[in-house]
Amino acid sequence: MDNRYSCFFSDMGFLNVAISFIIGISTLIMIRIFYVVYRSSKPLYSRPPGTLSTLIILGSGGHTAEMINLLAVMQMDRFKPRYYIAAATDNMSLQKARVLEDSLPDKAEVELVGTSQFMQIYRSREVGQSYVTSVGTTLIALSHALWLMIKIRPQVILCNGPGTCVPLCVIAFVFKVLGIRWSSIFYVESIARVRRLSLSGLLLYKLRMADQLFVQWPQLKSKYPRANYVGLFQVANFRLYWTSEETEVANHRIFQIKYD
Amino acid sequence: MGESHDSVKSKRIVFVTVGTTCFDSLVRAVDTQEVREALFKKGYTDLVIQMGRGSYIPTKSTGEDGSLSVDYFTFSSSIAEYLKSASLVISHAGSGSIFETLRLKKPLIVVVNEDLMDNHQSELAEELAERNHLFCARPQTLYQTISGMDLGSLVAYQPGDATPVANFINRFLGLNDE
Repeated sequence: MDNRYSCFFSDMGFLNVAISFIIGISTLIMIRIFYVVYRSSKPLYSRPPGTLSTLIILGSGGHTAEMINLLAVMQMDRFKPRYYIAAATDNMSLQKARVLEDSLPDKAEVELVGTSQFMQIYRSREVGQSYVTSVGTTLIALSHALWLMIKIRPQVILCNGPGTCVPLCVIAFVFKVLGIRWSSIFYVESIARVRRLSLSGLLLYKLRMADQLFVQWPQLKSKYPRANYVGLFQVANFRLYWTSEETEVANHRIFQIKYD
Repeated sequence: MGESHDSVKSKRIVFVTVGTTCFDSLVRAVDTQEVREALFKKGYTDLVIQMGRGSYIPTKSTGEDGSLSVDYFTFSSSIAEYLKSASLVISHAGSGSIFETLRLKKPLIVVVNEDLMDNHQSELAEELAERNHLFCARPQTLYQTISGMDLGSLVAYQPGDATPVANFINRFLGLNDE
């Protein structure tokens, strides 16, 4: 046999192996992604043992108020520990979450075991920031989000926009694909969205990253059939504004949050 | 207590709020002579304007000459108190202001800011206006809305309930064993 020929043949063999390896891996990943998407749309088969670690992503202003309203009617004793994340520029949201946590019946336990934690996350782009510098800040924000998600590894994610929740949900989805952690992602679209989903809602819907997406208007349900319409659930104690007394109490609390 | 209640009663306050936005065309619209007169004709005595980041300064008036008294400020930590004391609220289309006002069962005129690029907020105001929970206007139609409005036609907003969502999530997670 010609030596040169056999060398060429073994080179070819290596290339072939490498190509089929890459094709094989990507096929496996694709199959895995399809499986994760399919599995995510179905309820969990069996009740997971114990309580569920839950990540609650607070948007800002009205978004936070809506999320707090939802949390107020949830059986919070089954969702622990609870991690609250808000943008670093948004102090009010964590204050409101803290007020809610303080009002829960198992308050003593919260203080003892630390069932709830409050965190802030860097935003990828502040309003008015230039696009050139936003590349750098986006990278920082992404690695910060990844770091937080590695630490938390939640089983349940509750979010309702705006943008802050998207990188966290993408990371959670990657964790599901890689088998690091299975999480159920719930996205609740704001009551302010009547005819079109918000950008973050649309992204999570189109990319099928949210296990379940809730909308509050029937128009949205007919436009996005995979969404769940459960009626207008903006509740009675919607509180965007506080009385001056409440603001004072909250301002006092912010020090506790910042230096926890 | 009874006395202060009486003095609040004899005052009928219109509270204008733009939230944290800049909405000069609304402030300019409520500051026009025709809108002021229309409000006074409807029996309102005081106009309080929260003008946010806007740069248009409305003209103050003590109202001693038998007209509408006008006052303004930029921001306040006690918006909730202003809303409570108002007999009519004229607001920007932010969902927070809208639902806070509806929760207090105050008559509400929402003015849509047409200068905003992403104007999804007008959807909410128009939808709620269709259900007669509020009146929806543009800065240039505010006068017509005020002079033509019939507060009796408003339907109180019945607050919704988030429990179905919580139950759905529980069922999805297999937590419904009760």
